[in-house]
Amino acid sequence: MSAAAERTLRIVAPIVVGVLLVALWWALSANQGRTMLIPTPAMVTDEIVAHPDVILKATGITTINALIGLGLGAIVAIALAGVAAWLRIVDWMVAPVVAAVAVVPIVALTPILNTMFGASSQFGRQLIAALAAFVPVFINVLRGLRQAKPVQRDLFAALGASGGQTFSRLTLPTAVPYLFTGLRIASSLAVISALVAEYFGGPANGLGTAIATYAKSGKASLAWANVIAAIVVGLVFFLVTVLIERIVARRIPV
Amino acid sequence: MRFETKQVPDATPAVRAVGVGKTFGRRAKAVDAVAGVDLTIAAGEFVSLIGPSGCGKSTLMRLIADLDAPTAGTLEVFGRSPRTARLEQDYGIAFQQAGLLPWRSVVQNIALPLELHGVPYAERAERAEQLADLVGLADFRDHRPDQLSGGMQQRVAIARALAEKPRLLLMDEPFGALDEMTRERMQAELARIVARTGAAVVFVTHSIPEAVFLSDRVVVMSPRPGRITAEVEVPLGAERAEMLRESPEFFRTVSEVREALHGAPVGRANER
Repeated sequence: MSAAAERTLRIVAPIVVGVLLVALWWALSANQGRTMLIPTPAMVTDEIVAHPDVILKATGITTINALIGLGLGAIVAIALAGVAAWLRIVDWMVAPVVAAVAVVPIVALTPILNTMFGASSQFGRQLIAALAAFVPVFINVLRGLRQAKPVQRDLFAALGASGGQTFSRLTLPTAVPYLFTGLRIASSLAVISALVAEYFGGPANGLGTAIATYAKSGKASLAWANVIAAIVVGLVFFLVTVLIERIVARRIPV
Repeated sequence: MRFETKQVPDATPAVRAVGVGKTFGRRAKAVDAVAGVDLTIAAGEFVSLIGPSGCGKSTLMRLIADLDAPTAGTLEVFGRSPRTARLEQDYGIAFQQAGLLPWRSVVQNIALPLELHGVPYAERAERAEQLADLVGLADFRDHRPDQLSGGMQQRVAIARALAEKPRLLLMDEPFGALDEMTRERMQAELARIVARTGAAVVFVTHSIPEAVFLSDRVVVMSPRPGRITAEVEVPLGAERAEMLRESPEFFRTVSEVREALHGAPVGRANER
C-alpha cells in the first residue's frame, strides 16, 4: 500500500466505523414500537439544538471541575514523585498510601466529601478528580525519574556535573515521556471521576447531575445529549494532552 | 593545531598508582577487585589494561576516574587527587555503551561537557562542529542517536570525551559492542585522533590485537584479586597504520601478550 493510500485509510477507517455505529443506533432506536427506551439520533440532535445553553453550562462546570482536579492531582503527584525519587524513605512511606488511593472507591468517597465541604461546594468533586488523576501521574513520574542509565549517571559524575545540572539535563528530560504517559491516562480519568462525583450529590449542576436527573425523569434524549457532551469533554482533554506532549517532545532539548 | 591538549609539565605522570587496592563488601563477603597495583603512566602515553573478565581492569579505570574510591594505596592524576582531577576535567571518558542523551543531536551531545562547564554557546557550538568533523560525523551533526549505527554512536562518545581537550583519555572497552570490521576501523581512527591530540590514554580491553595495535605499553592483569601480572612494551613506533597489523613485530607482540596472559608459552599459533 502506498503512503498516501495508507494516510487516507487512517482517516477514512474510523469515519466508516462511526457512521456504522450511528446507523446501528438508528436502526435499533427506530424499530422499538412505542416504548421509546432508546431515543433516535435525530431526537438527541434536536435536544442539543433546542437546549445548547443548558448543555453548555453543565459542560462548563464539569470541564472546570475536571481541569482543577487534573491540575491539583498532577502537581501534587509530580512534587511527591520528585521527593520520593530523591529520598528512598519517602518512597517507602508513601507507597502504601498511593496503593490505597489507587483502589479507593470514588462512589463511596463522594458523599463523604460532599458532606464535608457542604452541598454548595464544588471542591469535593474536584478533590475526587484530583485523587483519580494523582495515581497514574505519580506512578509514571516516579518510574521516569529512575530511568536514567548507570552509564549516563557515570558520565555526569565524570563530567563533575552538579546535582542540579544532572537533574535538569539528565533525570528530568528522561522522565518527561513518562510524565505525559501519566497525564494522558489522568486526563481521561479526571473527566470520568468529575462526572461520577457530580452524579452522586453535591450542587445540582454539571453534566453528571444533568444525566442523572434527565434519565430518571424520562427525558432520555436530553440525557443522551449530555452524555455526548461528556464524551466530547473527555476527548478534548485527551487530545490537548497529546498536543502538549507533541510540542514538548519537539522542544526538548533546550 | 586545533586539537592540542592543555599544557602540562612533562615530568608529571598522567597517572601514578602506588599499592592501590579496592575491596567491595565487608568481612566474609569482601571481594578484592583490585589489589596492590603499582602503575605509572607518562603524559602522552597510550596504555592498555588487558585481562579476563573480573580481573579488575574496569575497576582500576573507575578508580582513576574517581567514580569509585580506592580502599588502599595512593592514586594521583597529574599529581593531584583523582577527585580534583575529575572536578577540574583533567580527563575525558568513554564507556562500552556510548551513553548518549537520546533527545539531543550529535553536536549537542558532543557539546554536553562544555555546556556543563559554562562555555559560551558560540564557542561550544564551534568546537562541537570541529569534533564532529574530527570523528567523521560532519554530515550527521543534527541527527539523533537513534538514527546512528553503533559505531557512529561510539564516535560521538569519543568526540564528547575530547571536548574539554583532556590530557588524559579513559576508555572502558569503547569498541566492545562493535563488530570486528567496524572495530578495526575505529581503532585506526582512534590511533589517528590520539596522535593528533597527544593525550595520554588508559584503554581497557579484552582483545589482544586491539591492545597491541593501539598501545605504547600493554598492562596484563589477572583476577582474584585483580592485580598486574605483566607489562609488555609495544615496539611499533608512534605511527599506527593499518599495515602494522600484518607486520612481524605486531604478531610477535601479540604472542608476547598472549603468553603473559596465559602465564606460559602457548603452542596454538592459529588461535587469535
